[in-house]
Amino acid sequence: MRKAWWIVGSSFTFALVMVALLATRPLIAKADETKAPPAEIKVDNFTFGPDTLTVAVNSTVTWVNKDDLPHVIASNDGLFKSKALDTDQTYSYTFSKPGTYAYFCSIHPKMVGKIVVQ
Amino acid sequence: MTKTRLFHSNANGLIEHDHNRDGIDRRGFLKCMAWAGTGALCLIEGGVLKSFALGTRNASQVQSHEVAGRLTFVQISDSHMGFNKPANPDVIGTLKAAVDKINALPQRPEFILHTGDISHLSSPDEFDTVDQILTATHTPIFFVPGEHDVLNDDGKTFRERYAKNSKGAGWYSFDKNGVHFIGLVNVMNLKAGGLGTLGNEQLEWLRDDVKHLPSSTPIVVFAHIPLWTIYPEWGWGTEDSAQALSYVKRFGSVTVLNGHIHQTMQKVEGNVTFHTAFSTAFVQPAPGKADGPGPMKVPGDQLRSLLGITDVNYVQGRHALALVDASLA
Repeated sequence: MRKAWWIVGSSFTFALVMVALLATRPLIAKADETKAPPAEIKVDNFTFGPDTLTVAVNSTVTWVNKDDLPHVIASNDGLFKSKALDTDQTYSYTFSKPGTYAYFCSIHPKMVGKIVVQ
Repeated sequence: MTKTRLFHSNANGLIEHDHNRDGIDRRGFLKCMAWAGTGALCLIEGGVLKSFALGTRNASQVQSHEVAGRLTFVQISDSHMGFNKPANPDVIGTLKAAVDKINALPQRPEFILHTGDISHLSSPDEFDTVDQILTATHTPIFFVPGEHDVLNDDGKTFRERYAKNSKGAGWYSFDKNGVHFIGLVNVMNLKAGGLGTLGNEQLEWLRDDVKHLPSSTPIVVFAHIPLWTIYPEWGWGTEDSAQALSYVKRFGSVTVLNGHIHQTMQKVEGNVTFHTAFSTAFVQPAPGKADGPGPMKVPGDQLRSLLGITDVNYVQGRHALALVDASLA
């Protein structure tokens, strides 16, 4: 019985801490507003993670290849294309206009993804 | 016969059934191909397909009496020079082992077909290393590119080195001992979400290339990505291969040799035999047996039993070419 009350008690404390943290969150977010957070896509096990990424205008998106085989990042409409990325190599592209940008791996074309720029 | 299977097990026995009355017992043929991973010899004899495990008394008899003196060539594939990950940190060593295997064949091959992914990253150094190692075979080599050979310059380096007199992106044909060989390129201009692609220009060339050949001409088509759909989820197939095959289906014997999937697999459809070769570099998982098609690390003592070469024999007057997969172990 005593143990059960302790759990309720600690849950209550935990909830209080969370409320306090959430209350301070807007302040932190406000401080970051001028600089877009780094947008990274992991190329892992022949998939893009995440396969759809939404970013603000002028964001730079970086793809990092975590596979043992090379991949090539290429937009469907030819707007951008990386060189072959070997393991741990990266490719970055800055999206200056809003829109939806579909891309794929030009040597493993079943790998597809998109960047939504708002 | 559209069933696709990967065979790992060993088997024994001769072919006894001929359900389609075409000289091929499908069930027996599959049984024969069950030896592919360990080395087997299959050939048509008197209209009946026979198969023998390599190294047995029967196999050596067949090699000396039935095959010798006819056209023999070897297929190698996917040497991935430059690859250095745990799935095989020594691709130089395994390619050299493949060369030793070729040089030890009872009958010297007239030439070698390399079905692509010569290099890992299309670098001149990688191509140089492969060329230097393969020199030890003292045998002419015909190449088609894999996607790893055309990474950075739309295949310009590949064509300059390996396909000087080819058409388009590197396709060509030649004749040897009455057999018509066709090298195709299906790794260029790939479309998002799609599979390997031949493209209209190459398809038109293929149609014209075979148009005037008599239907009795044996045809060998070789290309990197399989020209049959093995596992589209992993891109293991070619978008417009059906169109290409429609141009060769009138021929009595068509053999399609591919690489790309780093494992042996075979399918027979009418007069067409499809076959994929071992890699000399690393193993990839069986279709759908892993989260993705990436290189698979196998225990060190097993690696060479899962890499290898394919020895191909054409016996004039016979329907099909005899394909022998031999591992490096």
